Amino acid sequence: MAYSTKVLDHYNNPRNVGSFAKDEANIGTGVVGAPECGDVMKLQLKITDQGVIEDARFKTFGCGSAIASSSYVTELVKGKHIDEAVAIRNTVIVQELNLPPVKIHCSVLAEDAIKAAISDWKKRRGMAPAAAEDKKTAEG
Amino acid sequence: MLKLPIYMDNHATTRVDPQVVEAMLPYFTEKFGNAASRNHSFGWEAEEAVEKARGQIAGIIGAKSKEIIFTSGATESDNLAIKGVVEFYKDKGSHIVTCVTEHKAVLDSCRALERAGRATVTYLAVDKYGMVDPDEVRKAITDKTVLVTIMFANNEIGTLHPVAAIGKITREKGVIFHCDAVQAIGKVPVDVDRCGIDLMSLTAHKLYGPKGIGALYVRSKGPRVRLTPIIDGGGHERGMRSGTLNVTGIVGFGAACEIAQRGMTDEATHLIELRTRLQAGLFERLEDVYLNGHPTERLPGNLNLSFAYVEGESLLMGIHDVAVSSGSACTSATLEPSYVIRALGIDEELAHSSIRFGLGRFNTAEEVDYVTERVSGEVKRLREMSPLYEMAKEGIDLKSVNWKAD
Repeated sequence: MAYSTKVLDHYNNPRNVGSFAKDEANIGTGVVGAPECGDVMKLQLKITDQGVIEDARFKTFGCGSAIASSSYVTELVKGKHIDEAVAIRNTVIVQELNLPPVKIHCSVLAEDAIKAAISDWKKRRGMAPAAAEDKKTAEG
Repeated sequence: MLKLPIYMDNHATTRVDPQVVEAMLPYFTEKFGNAASRNHSFGWEAEEAVEKARGQIAGIIGAKSKEIIFTSGATESDNLAIKGVVEFYKDKGSHIVTCVTEHKAVLDSCRALERAGRATVTYLAVDKYGMVDPDEVRKAITDKTVLVTIMFANNEIGTLHPVAAIGKITREKGVIFHCDAVQAIGKVPVDVDRCGIDLMSLTAHKLYGPKGIGALYVRSKGPRVRLTPIIDGGGHERGMRSGTLNVTGIVGFGAACEIAQRGMTDEATHLIELRTRLQAGLFERLEDVYLNGHPTERLPGNLNLSFAYVEGESLLMGIHDVAVSSGSACTSATLEPSYVIRALGIDEELAHSSIRFGLGRFNTAEEVDYVTERVSGEVKRLREMSPLYEMAKEGIDLKSVNWKAD
């Protein structure tokens, strides 16, 4: 199986690898996947009080496409408001990285990781995810 | 000078030995006859070459020339052995005993017979080294059992089954014993009489011969084994496998067997040296590396390791100038990790982390050293990127985590 140039680029030069201190209030951590499935992604987002994603870090156990998907996502979400970030669909990742059908689950996992990280951040700030949803609707 | 990429996937296939190519060449052009042509010199020449090769192949497994039936490869040999026996002996019974780590050509032949309602199959489990217990074989045999099919050496983890002990049991019980010996021929001594084997699948391309040519050994005496053919036609190969013989392939197969038999002891010593060097080098440089398969009862050229916290396919991607293979799900279309590694009962994530190094005749110590550095470097890089490694370092027991898989 040949990998796309973009997957290879992210794999060879992954962006924003690393970790933030988990317990800081402005950090949201999402861990998705399972080791027995061969994919685990940890995505951490540093989010301002206004809900803007300032910075991101990832660590991934998984194939090259999983690593590339999470690396790309850290770039994609930076500077975005959380409401915008939760709306990111996996298809954006599939298109950008030119993932073959057998690797689509990697992009789904990366989408889930964004949602999980944001939901964790909300929870830490005492915002129930459901309430946050309501707020979003009200604002919209 | 080190030449890249390095080929270290010799269980998948091997480079054809230049001496084998040399032996084959005249049979493409000057000596191109059909071995079945009985009335001119072209045919006689081809037949002579085929019979010489038959002898060379029989020689490496301690068989007689006439017991070698040529096929297109081991997949066909496995199909012919299993389906041919079940069909021929259907009045005697229809039960097969095999094991869960067999090659797909064996497992899927068994499943096809099950689906068609023509056989029932017992799939024996293996121990943590991937070895079948002969006592389990004995217990599984019933008065309806017509065939036991257990491989000589596993293609992924290299484990050698206690074939001679199994052969003793099948002989005692009067059950036919088929053995897929594809990975073992030319690597370790194989003797059909000593091991009590009645049918044996062989292929040329795993021992430095060409692809597309294989054989089935069919015992002619004590007992005489009979088969219903799966390919009908001109009645070649004593009626067991019709089709014009692949003379060039057969010549190459014969030459490959002769070379392998002549050099087997030295080659095994060389391969064990290389394997020990590779294994020691990797264990020295990395922690949390696990050996899959049996520590001693294994093919000389096989080293199967799991590098914890690193997914196999991502590792292969990182060492793109080294050809090895992985039991990771991502290297297959099924998204399931290797059924062989999983059968060992190890943690599922270690199946995703497994790499098979297949050392062969043409590998050198210099290549082993290069691979050692490449692999250990890449494992370290990927571990720095792995959330599992981070958690393990923090002292979190990965098994205690409630993973939310989709």
